[in-house]
Amino acid sequence: MNYDRVLCRRVRDVPPSGIRKFFDVVSTMKDAISLGVGEPDFTSQWTVNDAAIYSLKQGRTHYTANAGLMALREAVCDYLDGRFGVRYDPRSEIFITVGASEGIDLALRALVEPGDEVLMPDPSYVSYSPGVIFAGGVPRPVVTREEDDFRLTADALRAAITPRTKALILPYPNNPTGAVMGRGDLEALAQALRDTDIVVISDEIYAELTYGGQTHVSFAAIDGMRERTITLNGFSKAFAMTGWRMGYACAPAEMLRVMLKMHQYTILCAPTAGQYAALEALRVGRETDYAYVREMVRTYDRRRRIMLDAYGQMGLSCFEPRGAFYTFPCIRSTGLSSQEFAERLLFEQKVACVPGTAFGESGEGYVRCSYATATDKVVEAMERMKTFVGQFRKDQP
Amino acid sequence: MIHDLELSVLEILFNDSRTTPAQIAVMTGHGEEEIAAVIRSLEAQKIILKYPAMINWDRVEIDQVEAVIEVRVTPQRDEGFDAIAEQIYRFDEVSSVYLMSGAYDLMVTVKAPSMKRLALFVAEKLSTLDHVLSTATHFVLKKYKLEGVIFEERRKDERLVISP
Repeated sequence: MNYDRVLCRRVRDVPPSGIRKFFDVVSTMKDAISLGVGEPDFTSQWTVNDAAIYSLKQGRTHYTANAGLMALREAVCDYLDGRFGVRYDPRSEIFITVGASEGIDLALRALVEPGDEVLMPDPSYVSYSPGVIFAGGVPRPVVTREEDDFRLTADALRAAITPRTKALILPYPNNPTGAVMGRGDLEALAQALRDTDIVVISDEIYAELTYGGQTHVSFAAIDGMRERTITLNGFSKAFAMTGWRMGYACAPAEMLRVMLKMHQYTILCAPTAGQYAALEALRVGRETDYAYVREMVRTYDRRRRIMLDAYGQMGLSCFEPRGAFYTFPCIRSTGLSSQEFAERLLFEQKVACVPGTAFGESGEGYVRCSYATATDKVVEAMERMKTFVGQFRKDQP
Repeated sequence: MIHDLELSVLEILFNDSRTTPAQIAVMTGHGEEEIAAVIRSLEAQKIILKYPAMINWDRVEIDQVEAVIEVRVTPQRDEGFDAIAEQIYRFDEVSSVYLMSGAYDLMVTVKAPSMKRLALFVAEKLSTLDHVLSTATHFVLKKYKLEGVIFEERRKDERLVISP
C-alpha cells in the first residue's frame, strides 16, 4: 500500500514536536534531573481520588450528559465567577472536555474555514500551530519579546491582523515563557479587536498559578470581550490533575453549541469517574478557600525565586515570569543555540531542559526550565547549570 | 500575632531544617539579614525549639520498642493536669505526652529496649504514680506516616521526563 497516497497530506506534513525529539534523547539518560516536565509534581488530592473510586463503587460507570454532569457544570461556573469574575450559564455556555486540549481542537475546528488565519503568540505551547493546520487553517505566529516581558502587545497584534484573520489564541499565563497579561495589557488588546470579528480562544489553564501579587485576569472579563471569547481551562494545573484529562470550554451559547456538536459526535462525554473527581476538587477548594492551590503556589513561587536567583549568579538574563511554572532564561551569552545548550547541559551535567525553539522560532536563544520538580532537585539542577554556564564565561575576555 | 514571613520561614524550616538563611532569603524575596533576624526571634520566642532530623528508626538495627499509653488521672487542685503530666514527662523513657479530650486524659508515648522493659516501666513507674487511675498500653507495630511524612513512599516520579 502506498501510504503516501492514502494519508492526509495536511496532517502528514506537520513536523513532529520538537519536544518529542528531545524526549527521546533525555529518556536514554537514567539519572538526569529533568526541568523539562510540563506538569505539576504534586499529585491530585487523595479526597479527589477517593471521590472517583467511590463513584465506581456506586456503579457510576455510564455516560453522563454530553456537556458533563450538571452539578459539575454548575460548580465550574460558580468557580469561574468567584475566582475570575466571569459568569457563564451552566445550561448553555459550558461543557466538560477531555482536558483543555480538546477545547483547543474544538474551538479551532468550530471557527476555521480553509485558509483562515489564526494568530498566536510565539513562543507558545506546542499544540496551537498543528491544531490550526489540522483544522485547515494557517497559523500566524506573532513574535513576543523579552523586552515586552513576552506579553502580546496591541501593536504587534494590529500588525498581524489581515482580512483572513479568524481567531487569536491567547495563552496566558504562558507556557513556555511564564509571562502573564494584566488587565491593562488585555484592555489594550481588546481595543485592537473591538471593531473586528476576530474570536479570542483564551487558554487559561495556568490561571491559578500566578506569583508576586499578580492575579489572573480572564479575557472574557474585559469589557465587551465576553461575546468574542472562548474560555478554555481545566483541572490539570490548578488541582494537579493532569492525568485525569478534565477540562472545560466556556463561550456564548451560539459558539458553544457548535463546539458541543463535535464533542457529542466524537467524544460523547468526558470520562464519568473523572467528572466526579473534578467535582470533589472544586468542593474541597470552595470549603478550604483553595488551600491546596495556595500551598502549591507558595511552593512553586519559592522554586521560581531559586531559579531566578541562580540565573543572576550565572550571568544569564531572565525576565521575571509571573505565571505558570516555567522560567525562560536567555542563553545567548553562552554563544550556543538553544538546541546545543540543552543537549550539552544534558550530556555534560545531566540536567534536562527544553530548547526554546520547541515552542516557536522566536524561542531561539532561550531554554524552558520548569520548576514543577522537587525543591532540592531544583537547587541541585541550578548548581549543575552554574558549572555548565561557567565554562563559557571564562572563555570571554 | 505571627506574620506571613514568619509563617513562610517556619514552613520552609519545618520541611527542611538545613535550609540556610541565604536560601530562605532567595525563596521568600527578603534580605538574608532580615531572615536571620526572624529566625533568631522565633528561637527566642521558643517557637523554634530544635532542628532535628526525622529518622525512620524501623530501618535502624537497634533494640527499641515503642508504645502509646492511654493514662487516666485525677486532676489536682490548682495544678489541673500539668503537675501529673510533668511527673510523667520527666522520665527519660517518655518521648511525648499529650493532654487529650475523650475517654482518657494523657496520651504518653514511651520507648524502651524491649517489651519487657517497657511493660515494667508502666507497671513500676507509671501506674504507681499518685493520681494515675489507670493505664492502657498499646505497642506500636509499624509507623506509616509521621508529621506529614509517609515512611515508605511507594510512589516514584512517573511523569514523562519531558512534556510540553
